Amino acid sequence: MAVLLALEDVDARYGQVQALRGVSLTVDESEIVAILGANGAGKTTTLRAVSGTVRRSGRIELAGKSLGRRGPEATARLGVAHVPEGRGTFSELTVWENLRLGAHVRRGSLQADFKRVGEFFPWLEARRNQQAGTLSGGEQQMLALARAVMQRPRLLLLDEPSLGLAPLVVAEIFRILRELNEQHGTAVLLVEQNARTSLATAARAYVLEVGRVAFAGASEELASRDTIRKSYLGY
Amino acid sequence: MRPSRSTSFGIAVTLAVAIAIALIPYTLSDYNRSTGATVAVYFVAILALNIVTGYTGQISIGHGAFMALGGYATAILTHSHGWNDIATLPVAAAVGFAAGVVVGLPALRLHGVYLALTTFAVALAVPQLAKNYPGFTGGTQGLALPTHTGLWLYDVGWAVAGVMFVVAWLLLRGRTGRAFRAVRDSEVAAASSGVTLAVYKTVAFGVSAAMAAVAGSIYVLVNNFVNPDVFGLTLSLYILIGAVVGGLGSLWGVLIGAAFVQLLPLGLTSNSIGSSQSVPVIFGAVVIVVMALLPLGAANLLRPVLLFGSKTGQHPKTPDTPLGTEGR
Amino acid sequence: MTALAETARRVPIRPSTSWIVPLALVGVCVFLVVGSLQSALFAQQVISGLANGGIYASLAVALVLIYRATEVINFAQGAIATFTTYVAWQLIDWGLSYWPAFALTLGIAFVGGFALELVAIRPVERRGSQLTVVIAAIGLLILVEGSVGWIWGNGVKFMPAPFPSHIYYLGGVAFSRQDLSTIAISIASVVLLWAFFQFTKVGLAMRAAAVRPEAARLVGVRVSWMLSLGWGLAAVLGAVAGMMAAASPSVLLQPSMMDGILIYAFAAAVIGGLESAAGAVIGALLIGVLLNLLGSYVSWVTPQLLLPAAFVVMLVVLLVKPSGLFGRTRVRKV
Repeated sequence: MAVLLALEDVDARYGQVQALRGVSLTVDESEIVAILGANGAGKTTTLRAVSGTVRRSGRIELAGKSLGRRGPEATARLGVAHVPEGRGTFSELTVWENLRLGAHVRRGSLQADFKRVGEFFPWLEARRNQQAGTLSGGEQQMLALARAVMQRPRLLLLDEPSLGLAPLVVAEIFRILRELNEQHGTAVLLVEQNARTSLATAARAYVLEVGRVAFAGASEELASRDTIRKSYLGY
Repeated sequence: MRPSRSTSFGIAVTLAVAIAIALIPYTLSDYNRSTGATVAVYFVAILALNIVTGYTGQISIGHGAFMALGGYATAILTHSHGWNDIATLPVAAAVGFAAGVVVGLPALRLHGVYLALTTFAVALAVPQLAKNYPGFTGGTQGLALPTHTGLWLYDVGWAVAGVMFVVAWLLLRGRTGRAFRAVRDSEVAAASSGVTLAVYKTVAFGVSAAMAAVAGSIYVLVNNFVNPDVFGLTLSLYILIGAVVGGLGSLWGVLIGAAFVQLLPLGLTSNSIGSSQSVPVIFGAVVIVVMALLPLGAANLLRPVLLFGSKTGQHPKTPDTPLGTEGR
Repeated sequence: MTALAETARRVPIRPSTSWIVPLALVGVCVFLVVGSLQSALFAQQVISGLANGGIYASLAVALVLIYRATEVINFAQGAIATFTTYVAWQLIDWGLSYWPAFALTLGIAFVGGFALELVAIRPVERRGSQLTVVIAAIGLLILVEGSVGWIWGNGVKFMPAPFPSHIYYLGGVAFSRQDLSTIAISIASVVLLWAFFQFTKVGLAMRAAAVRPEAARLVGVRVSWMLSLGWGLAAVLGAVAGMMAAASPSVLLQPSMMDGILIYAFAAAVIGGLESAAGAVIGALLIGVLLNLLGSYVSWVTPQLLLPAAFVVMLVVLLVKPSGLFGRTRVRKV
């Protein structure tokens, strides 16, 4: 499979604090890759570096083209959907308006996309005019995913989708994620603290520690190595 | 605590500036001396605004109203009751303090932009009230006051400014000052560490208004007359511009701001850069440019040199905005 | 900003007493209708009050538009409105007839507002705080009002009326055509604006950029351009307000034309809760009608006292509801 996203020696900082030190990773087309690690390891920052939300140095290429100093508006136009920590839901707007916004960069008719979203999340139709901020946590997460689906991205950046959600809901979200990936070939770069579920879904994973890549490899391999599991993944 | 070396350097600089200010008028014409007196007026007014906005973070665009109170107090006492000019100043201060407390109390309920707009409305309402009760205030015609020489005005103005400066410095360096700054930076944190919010905020308003009232008194003396338009909208706006351009929360910024607001327009006209019609255009443009280049005011630029006085760099934020505002 | 903090900041807390405000408004409407049926003078004052309110409403909505997106009060809004009204006067003076001049002025206003944001505000916003931008807006006020005096002089100019004046009679009450058209135009512009925000893609993007700029960037919205667009639209609304004001017999076309109206617009926006356009409109109509009635029926309320009266209304509303009638009760971050 061709390489869709490539990070080469990427640094990022927040003021004086260095968050990423020389991070390199790849995501192939239609691949699901997980980024794991403790709090403060730089997982969220990695996603922000890709979408251009944080200033970074080093090389980031999307389908061979360098992303340069592009900000999130431009990266979205290149086919990257970033669902941030906190879901980035427009709480004051309705469900329907959130979905329309998801498709902001798209041109042309959105009928097919609304249909697709309806298939993945059948309950959304009934809640179209509900204010998004009044949805439950799990529902907001799914709305965020639905928004990303509307965009028809090549690459989905997903930050802590399981945060604060019940296990059943988490399972449902990951199931939808797998379906998205299998049916539509969307590549996913997933940041998670819940290592077990991530390794079950992702093909490969990177483990970050203090802004550096500590380990990388196929999910089964990482899951099977006790030392890594216990020290870094918490189980 | 500051190292003693920089404090004595700071004191030396202040003394040098004070001496310069005392000696300058002897090189100036009578007219320019009264202009210098007007700069002193703005100095005190901006200092007053700083106490409320720069130090306790309550945004007020209404200090013209307090100046009006002081100005009218002086005018009425001098014109209709034959008082001596200088004797009216403490009265003006008292009236101002009372008014400040009266305004400060309901202001406790309002925050950020709502407070700003309410004070703005007060600033506009007071001249209207003055017009409405002409028997008392001389109405639109106003009241005339005895004239003084430029030198007298300059000396009185800057003497008062000096007194106010010392008062402000003493107030702000001690416990009260720390309490003020705590209130500005985080009301909730201040309250939970034992600062009685209501008291400090109201006192700040009262002191600030008292100073502004005295500034108003001097202003009226400089112009030797008063009418409602003297204390109109423009005045309140210029004081705010002066405060921010100079640098909020900095005692030096007050001097820079006062000079900017009074001397720049005059400097433009007297050097024939633009006619009286185009001066506001140029002034407005300069204000915008200064805000783009020096968002925290001029004093911030000079900070390494001026080790005296408080740090600038804190603009009051609406209390319910997180401390690191979202970048736009 | 963490997710929790962002939610705490933005999700509106619905107060349990949210029925008070609508009830009070209904009460006011009932009072006005009953009064109008009783007295022809009352009805006339209500209508002309509504017309004044319409003018304040246009400017107030312009203020809310910019405030929602930037949390900055645009002190220059009135001056920009005055400038565009002078532009209309100039076009008419050069021979254009009224309505084409009106339309062209709206276009010029849009471009002008857009350009002003780009040139004067964006450079300041980049590094400054809200207060810095407010000062820049005040600087802009001085600049724009000064420009009017510089280009056209400080004297009073005569603005021709859009149509010959005419009085309509309904049940013994006299309604002036001017008042009725002002009300109609105000309603029309507010409705058009609402439709724009509700139904168009750009309108939705602008709303998104105003409430959640970071999230909006992530879906590809160019937030800075949305801001400029907002300023353009605000300028258009200001132009509408200015044109209607100039057509009113009690307002003279001079550089300080919109100063007083700006104050009433501020009061209206504050009363409505600065983030609600609907609130601003209601606040504006309330102020327009209330001040007119006060002026007619309460003998000691002279024209000079109208401004303080508006301020008293504003203060009373704020003391009861510190965030305005329809403002969101914000959660204070600890």
